[in-house]
Parts: sequence; C-alpha cells; structure tokens
Amino acid sequence: MADKIRMKLENVNFFYADTQALYEINLDIYQNKVTAIIGPSGCGKSTLIKLLNRMNELIPNARCEGNIYLDGHDIYDPKVDVVDVRRRIGMVFQKPNPFPKSIFDNVAYGLYINGVKDRHYINYKVEKSLKDATLWKEVSDRLHSSALQLSGGQQQRLCIARTLAVEPEVVLMDEPASALDPTSTAKIEELIQELKEKYTIVIVTHNMQQAARISDYTLFLMLGKMIEYDVTNKIFTNPSKKITEDYITGRFG
Amino acid sequence: MKRGISQRLGFFSLFLCMLVTLFFLGAIIYFITARGVSAISWEFLTQVPKKAMTAGGVAPAILGTFYLTLGAVVFSLPLGVACAIYLCEYSPKNYVVNLIRISINNLAGVPSVVFGLFGLAVFVKFLDFGVSILSGCLTLGIMILPNIISASQEALLAVPQSYREASFALGATRWETIKRVVLPSSLSGILTGVILSIGRVAGETAPILFTAATFYMRGYPNSIFSEVMALPYHIYALMTEGTHPQQQRHIAYGCAMVLLILVLMVSTLAIIIRQKQRSKYG
Repeated sequence: MADKIRMKLENVNFFYADTQALYEINLDIYQNKVTAIIGPSGCGKSTLIKLLNRMNELIPNARCEGNIYLDGHDIYDPKVDVVDVRRRIGMVFQKPNPFPKSIFDNVAYGLYINGVKDRHYINYKVEKSLKDATLWKEVSDRLHSSALQLSGGQQQRLCIARTLAVEPEVVLMDEPASALDPTSTAKIEELIQELKEKYTIVIVTHNMQQAARISDYTLFLMLGKMIEYDVTNKIFTNPSKKITEDYITGRFG
Repeated sequence: MKRGISQRLGFFSLFLCMLVTLFFLGAIIYFITARGVSAISWEFLTQVPKKAMTAGGVAPAILGTFYLTLGAVVFSLPLGVACAIYLCEYSPKNYVVNLIRISINNLAGVPSVVFGLFGLAVFVKFLDFGVSILSGCLTLGIMILPNIISASQEALLAVPQSYREASFALGATRWETIKRVVLPSSLSGILTGVILSIGRVAGETAPILFTAATFYMRGYPNSIFSEVMALPYHIYALMTEGTHPQQQRHIAYGCAMVLLILVLMVSTLAIIIRQKQRSKYG
C-alpha cells in the first residue's frame, strides 16, 4: 500500500436526530484510486459519502462527530468555508439532476458562481469538461438546447462534466449508474476508469460486480459499521471475514 | 350489473354538477354582454364622462384601474416574493415560522372591506397620504400580499430539491443557488400567481372605497396623491348614486364588460407566459 492518502476519516460517528447511522468509521482514501463503498440497503453508504463534502449539513437535526481530513486539513474545522470544501470535493448524484438550463450553462454553472468572466476560458473549459465526460461528440452541435432533452445516461455524463468543470480534487459518486440502462452504465464505468488518472474517486454502489470491475479499494459497510476495508481484489477473492464473503457471494443483502 | 348502474349514476351526477357550474359562468358572460355591448364604442373607451355621467366615456376609470393595479403589484411583488424566499429557503423549520405561515394564510381570509378600513386609518389618515392613488395602491397591495406569498411559496416548493443539491455540491452559496437556480425555475409559477392576483385587484371595490376612488373627476389624475376613478367603483356608484338611472344603467353594464374583458385578457396572458416558460426547457 504505497498509495498516497488523499482523504482520511478518523473515528467518525453520525446521527440523524437520535438515531446513530454510522459508527466509528476510520478510512483512508487514496489518490488517483477508485474507492467503492458497498453494503446492503440502509447500511449508511449514501450517508457516509455525503459526509465527505459536508452535504449532510443540509439535513436538519443531523450531527457528525470525529474528523475528516483532506490533505491533512480538517474539512469540518469551523474556520473552513463549506463552499470551498464542496468546490474541491465534487459530487455526482444517484439520479441525474441537470439544471433546467442549456447544456452549455449547466457545465459553465460552477465557473459562473466562482466568478469566472473570461468567455474564452469558459468556452474552453466547457468543451474540455464535456470531452472528459465523453459527451462532447454527442452534444457539440446543440450546446444551447435544453439539458433536459438528453437521455438519462447523457444527463448523468453531463452532471459529471459539470462537476469536472470546477476542477475538484476528489469526485464523489452516489450510485451514479443505478438509474441507467446497461449501455449507459458501461459508458459511465469506462469514464470512471479514465477519470481516476486525474482525480480521486469515491463511489457508492449496490452493484457488487460494478465495484469489482471499477474499484481499487472496497469498503464493506453494514448497519453503519465498517466490516472490512481492503484492496478490491482481496475483498472479492479472499475476504478476511465470513460475513463479507456471505454478502459478496449473495447469501444475503 | 348493480356496480355498472351505480358507476353510471356517479358519472351522471358529476357531469350534472359540471353543467350547473358552466351554466352560471355562461349566464354571467351572456347577461353582462347582452346588456353592456350596446354601450361599448371607441368613444366609450377613450372619452371622459359627459352630461352628468349619462354620456361620454369611462376612459379615466379604465386608466385609474390600470394605475391602481400596477401600483399594487409594484408594491406587493418584491415584498411577497422576498417573504416567500425567506420562509422557504432560509427560515429554520420551527413553530415560530409555522405561526407566521398560518398568519399569512389567515390574512388571505380577511374581508376586503376590512383592508379598506385599515387603509383609511393608516395610509389616508395616519400617514396623511389622503384619498389618493398611493393610498389605494398600498391598500390593494397589502390585500394581495398573502396571495402572492402563497403562490410564490408553492412555486418555490415545486423546485426539485435535487437542483439545490446540485448547486450546493458545485460550491454555490445559498444565495447564489436561489438567484441562479431556484428563482429562474419557479418564475413561471410566481408570475401565474401574480397575474391571478391582478385579476382580483382590478375588480376589488371595497379596499379603494375609502382610500382612492372618486365617483367623478374632471380629466385625469396628475399625481400619485390624486383621487382616481376606477371601474369597479364606477359601476357601484352608477348603480347606487346615479341621478339618471335610466341612462346610466347601460353605462354600468358597459363598465362591467370592460372589466370582465380586462381580467380575461390578463388571465390569458398568465396562461401564455406559463406555457412559454414550460416549453423553453422541457
């Protein structure tokens, strides 16, 4: 494990009002690797990934304990601006959620709000992000038509392009392919493989084959507790715990 | 067999209720048109009243209604939308805010004549604006505030939460999210609410009774502190205080028809705007 640690979670506990959703999470997330979070429904996968860019703070009465570091700096430090955290740690959601704007404006949105005015740079960045998200060829002739006219798979790649445009360091993906058909899913998986050259990726998935195919590290979560975290290959071929093996072979879940 | 009959009976009674509603709607339109259409002419729409209101036109009343409506919307639109944004997007979800929400809904149920009395006491007397366009606009504006707030709130709540999440996840602040995503997406809903309120403001008599309206004035108002003629009040005055009921009655029906057409035009505009907004991105 000579990989460089990008994000680090230390003794993280998380509560929705009085219910504890996550227990004592300790996790290292490695640079330019894909880290997959798997586990049965309701185990806290989505909750955990939301903590990584403080999206959990939009939930009323929720409470987070412990420390989460990005490059050694605590992102929950009161002195840290949440807006800055979310710009550096981007997120792609389960359901494609493009804005009801044009394709161009969707990708340029993050640039606009970060105060970028230079038209040339915005044009360049939109094209580059769409190319990085492998969507450019399909939309280059209709950048100014509505994003809502795209298919589900295209919309999701547009959301990825939108996230990439603000040059995040870490990209979080919360079941990005679960609402898509197999062809679109394959495209997204291919894309993730390309993106890890430049970005650090954390992905939640309920599809174990997907985790096995695309990730370098896998975290198995159950009832809010970390069961096992290791190199993906090991988790899927030689897990150290019986319960992990049972889940992966489909004996429950 | 029995279920078939009861089903038919159910459909029939629903159909009947629909017919009765339609009948009244049609009857109003027919009645007003039949009695008013003879009064409508180019002169009626563009001239001032003549010969003790028995001849001439009602142009000052049309213009007055326009001023009052415009003023009321200019006053209540920013206030109402801002209030709705605060309640939907910023305020904590607690009982104080719930209380505010309930109060606003109750405000919508206050009779319009009470708003008229309030306007008389506060704008006309206390703030000394006198019986004027300004007092009338403010009174009407306050009256439609609850409508504009609830329409805006509904429009804001209809914006999918996923839009907000997407914006926050890109590093937008709450205000940037509202300005660039939430408001543009809810604009058509807010506009629809506003335009429906316009229909109500244009037709209200009681709130302007003591605050703005006058039965007759020479020429047109020259400042926001002028009294003003207005269509609904003109109808009321012609029917109750007219000195020549025979000649004046058809003028009143003519006014009613003009008012009806104006409101109808505004509602049509609302529908067109909404369709445009929907087809823009969809």
